Amino acid sequence: MNVLVNPELLPVADQRPLVRIVIVGHVDHGKSTLIGRLLYETGSLPDGKLEHLKAVSARRGMPFEWSFLLDALQTERDQGITIDTSQIRFRTASRDFVLIDAPGHVEFLRNMITGAAQADAAVLMIDATEGVREQTRRHGYLLHLLGVRQVAVVVNKMDRTGYSAARFNEIAEEIDAYLTGLGLKPAAIIPVSAREGDGVALKSASLAWYDGPPVVQALDQFSPAAPLQNLPLRLPVQAVYKFDDRRIIAGRIESGEIGVGDEITVMPGNKIARIRSIENWPVPHEGKTVTVANAGRSVGITLDRELFVQRGEIIARALAPVPATRRLRARVFWLHPTPLVPNTTITLRLGTSEARGQVSAIVNTLDPGALQSGISHAIPQNHIGEIDIELAKPLAADRSTENPATGRFALEIDGRIGGGGLILDLLDQRRDQNEIRGSDSTVPRALQQQADALAALLADLPPVDRLKLLRDQIEGRIVFTTSFGIEDQAILEMIVRNDIDIDVVTLDTGRLFPETYNLWAQTESHFGKRIRALYPRHDALEALVEKQGINGFYASREARLACCFVRKVEPLNRALAGATGWITGLRADQSANRADMALLTADASYRLLKLNPIFDWSREQVAAFTASQGVPVNPLHERNFASIGCAPCTRALRPGEPERAGRWWWEEATKKECGLHGR
Amino acid sequence: MDRLDELEAQSIFIFREAFARMKNIALLWSLGKDSNVMIWLARKAFFGRVPFPVMHVDTGKKFAEMYEFRIRYAKEWALDLIVENCPPIDSVDPTLPPAARSAARKTEGLKSALVKHGFDGLITGIRRDEEPTRAKERVFSPRGAEGLWDVRDQPPEFWNHFNASPPPGAHLRIHPILHWTEIDIWAYTRRENIPIIPLYLSRNGKRYRSLGDADITFPVASNARSIDEIIDELHDTKVPERSGRAMDHESEDAFERLRTAGYL
Repeated sequence: MNVLVNPELLPVADQRPLVRIVIVGHVDHGKSTLIGRLLYETGSLPDGKLEHLKAVSARRGMPFEWSFLLDALQTERDQGITIDTSQIRFRTASRDFVLIDAPGHVEFLRNMITGAAQADAAVLMIDATEGVREQTRRHGYLLHLLGVRQVAVVVNKMDRTGYSAARFNEIAEEIDAYLTGLGLKPAAIIPVSAREGDGVALKSASLAWYDGPPVVQALDQFSPAAPLQNLPLRLPVQAVYKFDDRRIIAGRIESGEIGVGDEITVMPGNKIARIRSIENWPVPHEGKTVTVANAGRSVGITLDRELFVQRGEIIARALAPVPATRRLRARVFWLHPTPLVPNTTITLRLGTSEARGQVSAIVNTLDPGALQSGISHAIPQNHIGEIDIELAKPLAADRSTENPATGRFALEIDGRIGGGGLILDLLDQRRDQNEIRGSDSTVPRALQQQADALAALLADLPPVDRLKLLRDQIEGRIVFTTSFGIEDQAILEMIVRNDIDIDVVTLDTGRLFPETYNLWAQTESHFGKRIRALYPRHDALEALVEKQGINGFYASREARLACCFVRKVEPLNRALAGATGWITGLRADQSANRADMALLTADASYRLLKLNPIFDWSREQVAAFTASQGVPVNPLHERNFASIGCAPCTRALRPGEPERAGRWWWEEATKKECGLHGR
Repeated sequence: MDRLDELEAQSIFIFREAFARMKNIALLWSLGKDSNVMIWLARKAFFGRVPFPVMHVDTGKKFAEMYEFRIRYAKEWALDLIVENCPPIDSVDPTLPPAARSAARKTEGLKSALVKHGFDGLITGIRRDEEPTRAKERVFSPRGAEGLWDVRDQPPEFWNHFNASPPPGAHLRIHPILHWTEIDIWAYTRRENIPIIPLYLSRNGKRYRSLGDADITFPVASNARSIDEIIDELHDTKVPERSGRAMDHESEDAFERLRTAGYL
């Protein structure tokens, strides 16, 4: 019987979509039986296979089981359980499938994970007589962690419940709530009897009350996981080859695309170059040179200048670099028999990079089977947990919500993979995604000692004396960057009135409020002083607007940071080039993020001392000071604008909102920095 | 990207991982369709050259056409070819059925070649769809000091992170085309114009689907005289690919025993 495959309708063999499906669930809930049945019902069994296995069963004096088809290894037949993930192929009218069977026994979880991580979609099996069990929940949770986004639930052994609709509904409700809570809404929940064949290929009279699709029809709705074409470029470097006079950088494009002529940055080193060529073998014929390559391709490229590039670095677009970090928070699954505890030395593998590090904290743990979470100091085998990791060197990485491919990693312990995880946050991400200077986040010892000594001297002084003392104590150029906010106006008053030798500059993004430009002119005449302005690089700005459109920054945080980078951060880098000191108007109570900042810090990436002289003033103190000195201030402050940046990205505060709530208000509350001050 | 593009990209990625992470690797060349696709993929991965030795473990009993192919393409593809011979049949486990015992010579030849050259990784052309025990393989698969495969204790492998550190004395088998099917191999051979041994094409109503030792490998009934016709034939067949390989079928677990002991 072969009702599903009509060869006339089959597309050409090598052009049909291939969908990898993993079948998971509690032990003995009937995974292998379902697979055996699916192969039979879709006419996919090799000739003689069924007869052969029936004969083997008879010889061994055992009743024939559908699962024998899969459990081909002798050890499995002896124990009656599946040990490893087998891969079996079949096809329906529209698709080719690879079925990955994953073991249900908890001690084989590493094999289940190996199978599920390769899958485009999943089938979660539940025994109708037993209902949702420990491994059901554990496997559901792991599917979610592993990034499987399509799932169908099969409630098996309905024959043993007398095909009870009530029993089915009870289980369906429980599993639907659980999976939906994980963000993994099931595509279908299907009652079947795999042994009897009910609900597998066709609707069954015994299950007449069920009006959803049978299993084969549900599978036919699944699609292959698509390459991440629409995310920013991430090309982890696998190797650099010098087989001839070319220096070819090789790797696979995990997301985005590349084109000849693109300006790229190699992270975490932040080395900028343009792509000169995309190399291929066999060498294409004249006029057929490859000039673009998409996500998923394994490529080789050459650059327009000699950079030192090495395995593990990630190539990204210069306008949208990968963040570099040494500290991260992650949700991990742990498979090693030894529990994961703080201070465990691990090797983190992300993309092609490898970094030694330590677990600095266990934030929480979860047994996804028992649904018990808690504060614990160890993650036992086969449990989940959130941990903080400190790495020995900076690593290019994304949050997993922003890029799944470069936001996940494996943890190696004693040379063997012991677990894996998703990056929830980058804890020391400097200048956000926009860092342009050196990648070395360690502060030189001499600079740190200088900062510590000066901070002690400055702490109890009034702001103006802090400025004077810093000027007296350090050599070289000190730069004050003003955006004409009320804090900046107060500091400018202190610098000008006391004639302190500090270079005053502003960054004109081109998108400031008219009120700000008016205040700028008014301030110059008030103090009788020209204020030097820095502008974006015209070529970078033109490329940015070409790429994202004039207001493209509203589209995503990524696009917004790219805009901040071109209009603000890159000009700042030029403003601070060669400086030894940097004065800013930051205050501690402006937002949660800024509360971590200090009066005086040694800035690792610019290698200078950064002084926030009115760091400890309240907003009222600032307003009182400017009023008493007759300093002009931005009229927008009176209209409830607190922190004033670019016009399209700043709005007035509503009553009760924190001060920086008016900046990039559409984004997450605690991380509102343009990259000038973010850490 | 179509299906063959995806397969190719993944295989190239695996080749480059093996070359970057292992110290001393070789590619096992059986002269068959799968290992010729592998050599082609390696040349793509490394821009025209295979930057490690290519080893043929020779039982001395291959078809004449296979030896001709080896001489011609080792030269044309500029391969760093190593040929290692296998020990006589007397030195092989006498409890194995006859054909499996004969095939096991290759396992012994492989073991001594490993010792002689000190390889820590062997790239082989097995595929998951060929045979059920191969379906359980990892891409980077550790082998014990005796070449043994412990199917019960395989490390996890996910998100393209492979275990590339074999324990002391052990080695890794690396499987760049593990995820391909027989049809994929032929469709790719056709698309890329990769040379094949003519034994795969039908002569007098028979052709070989899988090539091994001349005395224990048999042709299947087929009228497929071109790669196009092979693909059409495979699309409808339900006969297993290795049905012409006697050693798989002598007893229920013969091939499994061969593999656990270190066969490919």
